[in-house]
Amino acid sequence: MQRRRVAPQMPEVLARLNPDPWTAPFWQAAREHRMVAPRCRACGAFRMPPTPFCWKCRKQDVDWVELSGRGTVYTFNVTRQALLPFLRPAVPYVVAVVELEGAPGVRLISNVIDVDPSLVRIGMPVRVAWDDVDDDVTIPRFVPSDAANA
Amino acid sequence: MSIRNSAAVVGVGSTPYYRRGESWPQTTLELACKAILAAVDDAGLRVDDIDGFALYSMPLDVALLAQSLGIPEVRFTATLTGGGGGAAGSVGLAAAAIHGGMAECVVSFLTLQQAQRRFGAAFALRQPDKNEKKGDGGGAYSGMPHMPEMDFASPSGLIGPGQMFALLAQRHMHLYGTKREHFAEVAISTRENAIRRPTSLMREPLTLDAYMSARMIAEPLCLYDFCLETDGAVAVITTTAERARDLRQKPVYVLGSANGGAGRWGQAIMWMNMPDEYFASSGHRPVAKRLYEMAGVGPEDIDVALLYDHFTPMVLMQLEDYGFCEVGESGRFVAEGSIRWPHGRIPVNTHGGNLSEAYIIGMTHIREAVEQLRGSAINQVKDAELALVTGGPASIPVSGLILRR
Repeated sequence: MQRRRVAPQMPEVLARLNPDPWTAPFWQAAREHRMVAPRCRACGAFRMPPTPFCWKCRKQDVDWVELSGRGTVYTFNVTRQALLPFLRPAVPYVVAVVELEGAPGVRLISNVIDVDPSLVRIGMPVRVAWDDVDDDVTIPRFVPSDAANA
Repeated sequence: MSIRNSAAVVGVGSTPYYRRGESWPQTTLELACKAILAAVDDAGLRVDDIDGFALYSMPLDVALLAQSLGIPEVRFTATLTGGGGGAAGSVGLAAAAIHGGMAECVVSFLTLQQAQRRFGAAFALRQPDKNEKKGDGGGAYSGMPHMPEMDFASPSGLIGPGQMFALLAQRHMHLYGTKREHFAEVAISTRENAIRRPTSLMREPLTLDAYMSARMIAEPLCLYDFCLETDGAVAVITTTAERARDLRQKPVYVLGSANGGAGRWGQAIMWMNMPDEYFASSGHRPVAKRLYEMAGVGPEDIDVALLYDHFTPMVLMQLEDYGFCEVGESGRFVAEGSIRWPHGRIPVNTHGGNLSEAYIIGMTHIREAVEQLRGSAINQVKDAELALVTGGPASIPVSGLILRR
């Protein structure tokens, strides 16, 4: 697998992860460039971020379902002011909440990259682009579907 | 059984308001003590009468405060969980303590001194630590405990509350056709109220042109959609309705208070997985319903609304969630001048709010409600009988309070 940074403007320091036993499988899969989400084995409800109990039926067991990596923009902002000095090279950047295809009801907070921010719209189809931030961490970003290079 | 009419706010006190950091060298504790002493004096009480603390947003250690002021006996202390969402609810908590016989004279306050630590600048961020061994999961947090949930927000550069609320605002615009001009009306009407008040930090008129050409911080939000960053402290004292009748000020009774929210509203802006049906809301709907039920009144009975205004779109969404207009209609509602003092259908933030007077995490709204119901407000709503106060749209609990004269 080829490792590369697709969003080098996004600081590595923000991507230092603190996974717990319930979130770790998501990040392990991300490292392998696989988009997954936990689905309750008892009732089928997805839950993100992953938590120890199903919010719907309060059972614990999950199946980690492999998703297409496609989704749609549910909402977004265009961040133009760097909140901290190390974000200066990143602005402007698009923060997007993405609904994941195949996992109804759950959303992922991410970025839409490789796009003119003024062209981003709610409902825009996007697909994942894996950002290998460092030797340990891979973060899912998104690009407009038609421009996908994955 | 409820707290309805069982307690009254009898004293309010405050320090001057300062731009961020400019209260220095006064300390956080010092500001708190000044506000509390002023509130005690306003009420015609003595410090020795204070026996309880009902708080929110963890302003400082009650133990430190109690030893510093020499409170003879502390009989009740509690803090609503969460942050600024609990502002209005802290007075409800005080009323609950009083109603339950736990304490008789309860202080709620907030103190903010940002010379050393800036509040809310980047509350989802782990501070970079040069000594941190890479990948060991360590590192110090800025104001937040170690939370694996934040791994699902921070890497995207989503670290500030304004950015987070921008996501709700964008969705509201998409669903209902809300426009930046509607956000501007909140900012401008609030500024108009602030201009007439000597306590306000922002007293220059704000024009629509200035609003529209201001720098964008996190689109769709610009500079004027954000509240101020200020220092200061505000305290209020709540006591039994019975005792209130014999004190210096006309009592302002607690007609109702509620806090909480839907469990699946949850961490709200920190997780963004709230149900679609109320994603673009303030999270207040269940609280509003319970509050009106307890108070036995509806939105049509409210004379003045002090709505927590950290970001302009969240005032719009609260207007909807508290029933002043239909869900989705708040933009058009404010465009008609409905929230303007003195002639709008429901004057909002007559004190200038967090946006233009001062940001003491919502306590200024409680102060203004009390002044309105005493009839001593600068932008007085004529014959105001009922005031609604809300805590900040945020993770749960959010809260509301209805006071009556």
